[in-house]
Formats: sequence, structure tokens, C-alpha cells
Amino acid sequence: MTTQVQQNAEAGVVIENLNLSFGNTHVLKGVNLSIHQGEFFAFLGPSGSGKSTLLRAIAGFGPTPSGRILIEGRDIADLTPWQRDVGMVFQTYALWPHMTVRRNVAFGLEERKIPRKEINERVDRVLEMVGLLKLADRRPSQLSGGQQQRIALARTLVVEPKVLLLDEPLSNLDANLRIQMRREIRELQQKLKLTTIFVTHDQEEANTTSDRMAVLDQGVIQQIGSPMDLYDKPDNLFVAKFLGATNIIQGTVMRDSADQRMFRTDSGTVIPLVDDTAVGGKIVFRPQNVEIRSAVAGAGVEGTGLSGVVHHTEFLGSIIRYGVDVNGDDVLVDHTHRYGESVFRTGDRVELTIAPEGILLLEG
Amino acid sequence: MALRLAGVQRGPAVVGLLIAIFLLLFLLIPVGKVIVVAFQHPATGEATIVNFLDFFNNSLFRESFANSFYVAAMSVLVASIISMPLAYFTTRFNFGGTALIQTLGIIPLIMPPFVGAVAMQLLFGENGSVNLLLDEWFGFTLPFMEGLNGVIFVESIHYFPFILINLSAALGNIDRAMEESAQNLGANGLRLFRRIVFPLAMPGYVAGAALVFIKVFDDLGTPLLLNVNTMLAPQAYLRVSSIGISDPMGYVISVILVGFSLLSLWISLMALKGKDYATVQKGGGGLMKRDLRTWEKAGSYAVIIFILLLVLSPHFGLLLLSFGTIWSFAVLPDAFTLAHYATVFSTATQYIVNTLWYAGLAALLDVILGTAIAYVVWRTELVGRRWLDYGATAALAVPGVVIGIGYLRTFHGVNVPLIDQPLASWWVIIVVAITIRRLPYALRSCIAAIQQLSVSLEEAAENLGATKARTVWRVVIPLMSGGILAGFVTSFATAAVELSATLMLVARESDAPLAYGIYEFMQSAAGRGPGAALGVVAVLFVGIGAYVSHLIIERGKYARSAKSIVAEES
Repeated sequence: MTTQVQQNAEAGVVIENLNLSFGNTHVLKGVNLSIHQGEFFAFLGPSGSGKSTLLRAIAGFGPTPSGRILIEGRDIADLTPWQRDVGMVFQTYALWPHMTVRRNVAFGLEERKIPRKEINERVDRVLEMVGLLKLADRRPSQLSGGQQQRIALARTLVVEPKVLLLDEPLSNLDANLRIQMRREIRELQQKLKLTTIFVTHDQEEANTTSDRMAVLDQGVIQQIGSPMDLYDKPDNLFVAKFLGATNIIQGTVMRDSADQRMFRTDSGTVIPLVDDTAVGGKIVFRPQNVEIRSAVAGAGVEGTGLSGVVHHTEFLGSIIRYGVDVNGDDVLVDHTHRYGESVFRTGDRVELTIAPEGILLLEG
Repeated sequence: MALRLAGVQRGPAVVGLLIAIFLLLFLLIPVGKVIVVAFQHPATGEATIVNFLDFFNNSLFRESFANSFYVAAMSVLVASIISMPLAYFTTRFNFGGTALIQTLGIIPLIMPPFVGAVAMQLLFGENGSVNLLLDEWFGFTLPFMEGLNGVIFVESIHYFPFILINLSAALGNIDRAMEESAQNLGANGLRLFRRIVFPLAMPGYVAGAALVFIKVFDDLGTPLLLNVNTMLAPQAYLRVSSIGISDPMGYVISVILVGFSLLSLWISLMALKGKDYATVQKGGGGLMKRDLRTWEKAGSYAVIIFILLLVLSPHFGLLLLSFGTIWSFAVLPDAFTLAHYATVFSTATQYIVNTLWYAGLAALLDVILGTAIAYVVWRTELVGRRWLDYGATAALAVPGVVIGIGYLRTFHGVNVPLIDQPLASWWVIIVVAITIRRLPYALRSCIAAIQQLSVSLEEAAENLGATKARTVWRVVIPLMSGGILAGFVTSFATAAVELSATLMLVARESDAPLAYGIYEFMQSAAGRGPGAALGVVAVLFVGIGAYVSHLIIERGKYARSAKSIVAEES
């Protein structure tokens, strides 16, 4: 363990073997994690995956966990929430309705017994930074959702915490504001070079903001990596499915007469594999890695070409998503939609080509 | 880890322990003592049920028991008859009289029934104004106030709002869609009422009715002032005050009173349990309302005005009595005077000063205890914390008479150091009794306040460096202040007219509060004028208190609706 800590001298947050239970419910099961100094890191997972519980454990809220939580090399697991110096922005913002914006933002500095003059300066500076200095004397109830969000952020940033924790900070905003705020948060984080952990159930939010992310399910970290790595090379079916629409087909690996590795689906379709090492009983590929074209009468199956029948279409704007029945397997295909281009209809016979490098073999 | 937890829990643990000791000393032990004594042989001290056998072998007690039961049941019936048309009007019709009906639901509550009892006698008694007029115009009289009728009449006029409020709330919580879907499926008219409306409204009605039953069953002041002594509470009081605290009958009656209280509370709990029938959904809102035809409107107003007159009669009678010179065998007093108020303010200011002290101290103690219990129960992990809530709420089931007898028995031998007199006759014990009696109400107010407080508001403070204690001081208490203040005002207003426990605990005239003063004055014909004047003062206390607490609660509602932050919590 010590060696690991030394290795992670650069680490902003290290979590070692963290376990946590609500009564008899085991919520976090042996979480290990290392977040770099200045990194924007996302905890991504469905509700009930333990992501918020993990974030709250770092802030010192909720049941006492076992294991270690290190911030800049120091174990904080035994400290009270008010001794930890980690700044948390709550999902509901938790602005105190009985205080003005200025009093809300000054709160943490007052608790740190900072001289009044310095408090005023720092509060002004942070309100300026989030662009709301002119609203300093308002009450939180007089602010819009986006403004409340910025004040909550300012209240946390003003105490200059070692780590910034964001608990689903965008979930109470409308769709347009959400996109604007996630950019603002990312820009602010880059400017301050602040180690930041962002909890979300929305993969698009995690993808667009974070340097790296951890996907959680049932209290276990499924995979850690950059958003693109996780999307393209998921370690397991859960990660593959959670990060976007995907095709999963069951079958077995075999070799053809030319000793080429092939995958035979349970329904009998044979798909060639390029990867010569991977093992598993399922192939996984994204809908955009499949090409679709009209079946030419008489043309046989060549390469990875599969023939099937369109049984379902969904118009999504920039793409059209087809559901194609290939010998009983349902294959999703995304086709870029361009104005004027012909579209397939339910019942059309089509041929599919799966980009071989886009096929992953997974267990499960 | 364990050490840190112990450190965080130490504060709440000490507070919780202090509250537990207070409840133990001033609620559980005195009530326990009463129960133990009721089951003890008066001579030998052995455990026995002989006292209960004696009780039921005595025809006076059997009659008292039957009377108490009869009066309580009849009061529920009369109160229901008053409430039902009012609740029906407000929930079924588009009707301008709704505001009037809501006022009707408040007016009685600001005057304790015993205060108006004597005035009611003068208005409705055998030779009262109404019967004199009836006799003159129609040649007959009605025995409104004769014996038990008087108690039933006064009590039901005072307590019907409990049924009205619960029944209106229950009816108001029925979503229109409930009614419309029944109609859509073919039910209407009486069948619709019997199968949908009635079952949905039933729990609210039963809860209100059980409350009225027990309030009337336990009441001491009203029967005493109407000189009806053959009921349980007056018998308990008379036995203890005339024979002494060693007479077992007072204790037997106390046990019966507590038993019936528990039964009523249990019935109302069972009625509401698992039946959260608040079916109103977003955009719904109450049963279908229709406009009234002119003659219907006239009829409705006639009913409302008739009830309004009834409800106002104790207030009206009290005012007349307080300003009247001699009022006997006459529709109205012979002449009007301010002399009674002069008497009150020259000779009886002590009562008012004492009341301000006692009610103020008791209300302060109540909100401090209430806030502390609410915080310990809802915000800490202290083992057994729920029992503080249960313990404090248990006072609801203990009638004032029982508290009074229990204190006399438990504390008559306990000498207070320095002032060298028994705790049972020290004025502080009156404050403690009132505190215990009002604590359940203050506690509910504080618990409601803390439940509306999102925990994340406290976590945000801790996250920014505030300790638990600092968080309580800077965030929890300021945000609970509306609820705390409302709790203080209601406790104060109702404590100001507490009679049943104080009647037994007042050791000397100079320690007596207002309610006791009214009771004393009303004992003699000559004292009725000043007694009524003092009663008007009491009604003003309660009325102003009720109005202020209403303002505070309304302001709180407005503040809450303005702050969308907490409401947005998913």
C-alpha cells in the first residue's frame, strides 16, 4: 500500500479499498481509485450505482466507510466534514434562503476566521469570476436556476478547497442551460487547475467535461479511462451498453478452413474477426460501425456482408437508426441522414457490412 | 474512528439525557405513581384491584362514569351535526360563505369552554335570555343548560372545530378525478357518496371525533363551573381537594381517564393508519363544486348564521356579563358599567402578571425542548432517540387532572432547598405542569419545521468548515425560527388558560394564574362581573396569540413558496 501512495505522490485524490454499507446493504464494494492533481474526473453510473455515495464519502457525509481516502497524500478518512477542506457543490445547490448571496458566499471564510476586509475582497473577486457581483445583495430565492448554480459554485470556490466535488450539478437546469453550464464549469476548472470530481448519470455530460472517468455499477468500479477509450474499448458488457447504443450478439469463436478466426452467432451467421487473441462469447459493435445498402438480387454474402430485413426505423435527425433482422438477430444500424437521400422502409431487404476493426469480443 | 464518532455524538447525548431526565421526573414518574397508587391497597400497600371494585360498587361513581361517557358521546354527536353542513357547503359548492365558515372554525377555539360556561348559563339557562324570550313569545322553554345538557351544549360549541377542520381537510383532499372516474364507471348520487366520498373522508372524521371525545371526557373546568359534579374529572378533583391525596378514588378515576385517552388516541391513529387518502394530484383539487341556486344560497346562509350566533354566544354573553351591572331574570343586564374591569385591574392584576410569567416561561421551555428533541430525533444517530419524541408526545394522553394529582402525590414530600417548602406547592411546579401539557404541540411545530429543512443545507455548512454546533446556530435555528415562533405563540396562548392541572397545584392565592382567578371569581354571584372581565382578558390573550401565530405561519408559507431551491430537490 505504501508503495502505491509513493507512486501516486502526484495524485490529488487516492481511494484505497473503500467499503461502505447502509445497514445491511453493501453499497460500495472495495473501491480503488487514483485521481491526478488538477484532473477533471467523472463518476458515471446509473442511479443506485454508488457514485453519489462515493462522492459523499469523500466529503465525509453518510455512513462511515472502511478503507482509506487520501487527499494530496494525507489520509482524511478520520476527519469530520468541516476539517476536510474539500469543496462540494450540492445537486440542489443548498443555498441558505435566510442569507443574501454575499452572506452565503462569505460563510466558509467566516468559519475560517478570516479578517473581514479580506473576506469582502475575496467574495467580490469570486462573484466577479462567476459574473454575478451585481446580484450580491439578492436572496437566493430571487435568482434563476443557472444563477443559483453559479453562486453555489462561487461559495465553494471562495474557500479554495483542495478538491472540488460536484454532485449532479446540472440535473436541475433545463437542456440549453445545461450545455452552457458544463462548458463554464470546464473552463473554470481549467483556469483554476483544480482537482475536480463530477458525479453524473449522463454519459454525454461526462464525455464532454472530463479528462478521465470511472463507470460504476452496483458499488463496483467497472472501468476507468478517458471517455473515448471507454466508448471504443469497453471492458465489459455493462460499460459497452451504458455508454451508448450498441449491438451485442451471442455466439462462439471458431476458425474457418483458411485458419481465419471467425465468430458464429447462435443463429448461424458467420462474422470474421481481425483480433487474433481476444476471447469471449459475445461480439459487440456500435451501430455507426455498420454500413447498410440495398440487397442486390443474386449477390452472395461476401466479406462481412450480412443480409437481413429492415423491421424497424427511427428518425433521429442527423441519423436514421434501422433495426435489421439478420437470421433472427436484431442488429442496429446508424445511417447518416442527408437531405434527398433515399431511405429504407420496413420490409426492405438490405445488406450489412460491419467494420471488422469495430468488432469487440467480450465475455458474459 | 470510534473516538471521532463519540466526539460528534457527545453533545446530542448530553442534551438527550437531560431531556429524558426531565420527562422521567415530571411525566413518567408522576403518572406511574398515580397508576401504582390506584392498584395499591390504601391501608396495607399491597397490589390489589379492590379500589376499582370499590369504585364500581359506589353508585355515585357509577353515575359519574356513565355521565362522563354520555356527555362525551353526545358532544361528539352534536359537534358532528354542527360540522357536517359546514364542511359540506365549503367542499361542494362555489360559495361566498366559505370565509365565514373558516372563521367559524376559529372563533370557539380562542375561548376555553369554562370561561364562557357561566355566560352561557345566563343566556341559555332556565331563566336566561333565550328562555325568557321563548316563554314570552311562545309560552315554552327549552332545557339547554339543565344538568348534563349544559355541559354537552358548551363543550360541543367549543370543540366542533376539531371535527370541522378534519372533515373539511379530508373532503378537500379527495381529488375530483376520484369522483369523475366513479361517475365514468356508472356511479352517481347516493351510491357515489356511499362508495367513494364517505370512505375517503371517514378517517379524517374519526380522527376529529376521537379528539373531541377525549377532550370532553377529560375536561374539569366546564362541569365544575356549571356545578355538575357527577362526572369523572370533577369527582377526582373533589376527592383529592376535599378528602386528601391519600384517598384512592382520585387515582382510580385518573387511571380510567388515562385509559380512555389512550383508547381514543389509538382509535384515531388506527383510523388514519395506512390511509393517506390525500388523493389530490397536480392540477386536480377537491371534489366537483357547483353554483348554488338563490333559495339554496339563502338556506345555506341561514344555517351558517344560526351556527355563527351559537358560536358567538359565549363571547357575546361574556362581554355582556363583564360590562353589565345586575343580570338576573332579564334578557339583558339592567345597566352597563366599567366597574368590573376596574375591580380586575385594581385587585386581580396578580393573576395577569402570574399568567404572563407562567405561560411565557412554559412556552419558552416548550420550544427549547421541542427544538432540541426535533434535532436529536431527526438529525442524530443517538440510540433510543425516538423515545424522546414518544415520551414527550405521551403527554397528550394524560389529562390535566391526572398531572395535577400525580404532582401532588409525587412532590409533596420533596422539599426545595433554600426556600424550604415542598416542590408540590412551589409556583415553579405550575410552570412545569403547563410545560409538560403543552410540549406535544410545540414539539409537532418544531418537528414540522425541521422536516422542511433539507439536510443538504446543513451539509453545505459543514462542508464549508462549520462544526455541528456552528451549523445548528447559523443554519438550523434561523431556518426553523418560523416554526419555533409559531410553537411559542400557540403554547403561550393555550398555556394562559390552562385550568385543570393548575387548579390542583395552586397552593396560595398569590401564586394563582388567570384561569384560576376566573374560576375563583365565578364561584360567587357577586364575582361573576369581574370574573367575566378577567375572562375577556384571557380571550384577548388567546385571540391575539392565535392571530400572531397565524401570521407567522402564513409568512413562513410565503417564504417557502418563494424559495424554490429546497422544493426542487429530486
